[in-house]
Amino acid sequence: MAPRKSPASKGVETPAAKATEKSNTSKDELLKYYREMLLIRRFEEKAGQLYGMGLIGGFCHLYIGQEAVVVGLEAAAEEGDKRITSYRDHGHMLACGLDPKGVMAELTGREGGLSKGKGGSMHMFSKDRHFYGGHGIVGAQVPLGAGLAFADKYKGNGRVTFAYFGDGAANQGQVYETYNMAELWNLPVIFVIENNQYAMGTSMKRSTKSTTLWGRGVAYGIKGEAVDGMDVLAVKAAGERAVAACRAGEGPYILEINTYRYRGHSMSDPAKYRSREEVQKMREERDAIEHVRELLLQGKHASDDDLKAIDREIKVIVNEAAEFAKESPEPALSELWTDIYA
Amino acid sequence: MATEILMPALSPTMEEGTLAKWLVKEGDVVKSGQILAEIETDKATMEFEAVDEGTIGKLLVAEGTAGVAVNTPIAVLVGEGESAEVAAPAAAPTAAPTEAPAVVAAAAPAPAPAAARVMVQPDTSPDWPAGTPMKTMTVREALREAMSEEMTRDETVYLIGEEVGEYQGAYKISLGLLDQFGAKRVIDTPITEHGFAGIAVGSAFGGLRPIVEFMTFNFAMQAMDQIINSAAKTLYMSGGQMGSPMVFRGPNGAAARVGAQHSQDYAAWFAMVPGLKVVMPYSAADAKGLLKTAIRDNNPVIFLENEILYGRSFEVPDLEDFTIPFGKARVWREGTDVTLVSFGIGMAHALEAADKLAAEGISAEVIDLRTLRPIDYDTVLASVMKTNRCVTVEEGWPVGSIGNHLSAVIMERAFDYLDAPVINCAGKDVPMPYAANLEKHALITSDEVVEAVKKVTYR
Repeated sequence: MAPRKSPASKGVETPAAKATEKSNTSKDELLKYYREMLLIRRFEEKAGQLYGMGLIGGFCHLYIGQEAVVVGLEAAAEEGDKRITSYRDHGHMLACGLDPKGVMAELTGREGGLSKGKGGSMHMFSKDRHFYGGHGIVGAQVPLGAGLAFADKYKGNGRVTFAYFGDGAANQGQVYETYNMAELWNLPVIFVIENNQYAMGTSMKRSTKSTTLWGRGVAYGIKGEAVDGMDVLAVKAAGERAVAACRAGEGPYILEINTYRYRGHSMSDPAKYRSREEVQKMREERDAIEHVRELLLQGKHASDDDLKAIDREIKVIVNEAAEFAKESPEPALSELWTDIYA
Repeated sequence: MATEILMPALSPTMEEGTLAKWLVKEGDVVKSGQILAEIETDKATMEFEAVDEGTIGKLLVAEGTAGVAVNTPIAVLVGEGESAEVAAPAAAPTAAPTEAPAVVAAAAPAPAPAAARVMVQPDTSPDWPAGTPMKTMTVREALREAMSEEMTRDETVYLIGEEVGEYQGAYKISLGLLDQFGAKRVIDTPITEHGFAGIAVGSAFGGLRPIVEFMTFNFAMQAMDQIINSAAKTLYMSGGQMGSPMVFRGPNGAAARVGAQHSQDYAAWFAMVPGLKVVMPYSAADAKGLLKTAIRDNNPVIFLENEILYGRSFEVPDLEDFTIPFGKARVWREGTDVTLVSFGIGMAHALEAADKLAAEGISAEVIDLRTLRPIDYDTVLASVMKTNRCVTVEEGWPVGSIGNHLSAVIMERAFDYLDAPVINCAGKDVPMPYAANLEKHALITSDEVVEAVKKVTYR
């Protein structure tokens, strides 16, 4: 196995990131992560195809490359915990157990979509799965996430909230307004910075003077750490530390998860701001799915054929989702006037 | 199975593009993610990646071809063991691309207003039963009582804002609530409107019913994104799954001598937004009854108070529990010659003008809209059909005002009843000046209302 380098090798301390080479993670767990990450990747590839065919409109932001982040953190969550994220949300929805059909049909703007076709790629929700969106305004989900945690603390129900945002959103003022209140009121919220190195087309070094994003929490007294986001086991381990702190009343907690998106910011991104080689190198050397695949094969937990069988299963699920998303009718025109007021 | 590679749409608006360059040739084995071609859109040259693995069986469109429509097959990909020969029925696609759904651009039927021109049914029921004992109370006390009663009634209601707790409210609206309900439910925030408004909206998603106090609505501009994009739109965007049962309240409009940044009426701004409800009471009874309704409502409610009115006293029904429904105007004074429509502090000017007009023998009917979303068109229309003349009165700026909107509705639904154009009395189209004399001129006065009434009554 090639030596694994952190995508953000800036001398950031990563107390958790080392442990996983000699993982004692069980076969079942590894297979679960493999399957979940692969589902997200194949789903997103299919979404890209449907976009190319004109079946998905508007903006469509793919999660390809970042799969280990949500899969790792969902493995650390318990039933009833909440999550909220930005517009790059398809992976988060699949990872928390939502039916790929409902997600894909929302992308195509159909009646069978999770928001009945009224939200679209960037605005999806599921009350059943405690998924609170899907928000199109960069950074707005951060105070909203703290508010979900506020409600849980008010009710005293022991739940935690994962509030995901990117390195781009990390420069929005409301993030720091939220940090201050979240720590002041000990809210059980985990601020998950999915640092994929680019805010749309602007790299970290062109936008951000101090690039240790989790370290900004120190000014507010919030604990945090950097995590290797291409290693699902490292993400899960860090997630468990954060969850434990929040449940113990020691929240909030910041996880800066260093990851990488292989595709453009959205489908209409010509990607002139980074080299093809940079993307290829990351794909070849650090791919999160390949990592788990290697662990499975090396540990003799699965054969090549076993994994091929999983690939085929996933392909069927994704194709069914795409078929459903094409066949589900557009919403009735009467839907224009519903859900404006409760 | 051979797969057709279709000309992709690479932006939200792309319909066709130029196939600038092929980066693969027939017979090449390609991997998922490998760049196949460069495609020029109207905005940029984009690299087009393979999604599936396979061998390029045939290139169907030569490089350099312009005007290639989205979804045109441009190449054929064959799988392991398949022959490129079998795979190229270029004219008859093996798997016909699914048609993109037609864009629904046609306007849906507009909701009710346009339909029934003379079908006007104002709700004239009394707000409380006749004979109800009354007590005198200031608007300030009425607001505090409403919050106290609703917080007692429902554990999930809490108050959050700057200086609402230990300071007892910058304008003393929350006087005593901290002692009554404790720091868990009466929450002092740092000065951070954007942040605490967002936290409150999130808590409403999570099942609580926050009352957000803005020290004044001028500061709510910092929180505008959370109010509009998060609170007002989420119910719709989620297909009805989750919304924001909450109240944003605080003083709105001009006070006295506080200058441009602290003296603005936001009624028309908020009233424009579907998903919000907007309330702007004048009297103490309305302040109390409408705030209780607002707190119980399952939608985000903008509750616009007025600093000058806080200390004014009115008669309030002495009932254990009373509410006033949204979308029901109140006729304060009946009249026959002209209809004055106002809300909030504008009512003070409208009522004063009606007194002056009465002294000159002009009988004005005065309507307080009370809520601006939903708005009670029928009470206004019924009155205009009777008086045949209308003057609107509000403190806010004249462009895109509530008066503008009402004028349009009256024109559409009661045009034949009008004996004169509707006049909108509004604040002057200037930022609020500080100098005492200039400020006086920037604000609406009862004399201006009297003058407008004389115009529409041709006196």
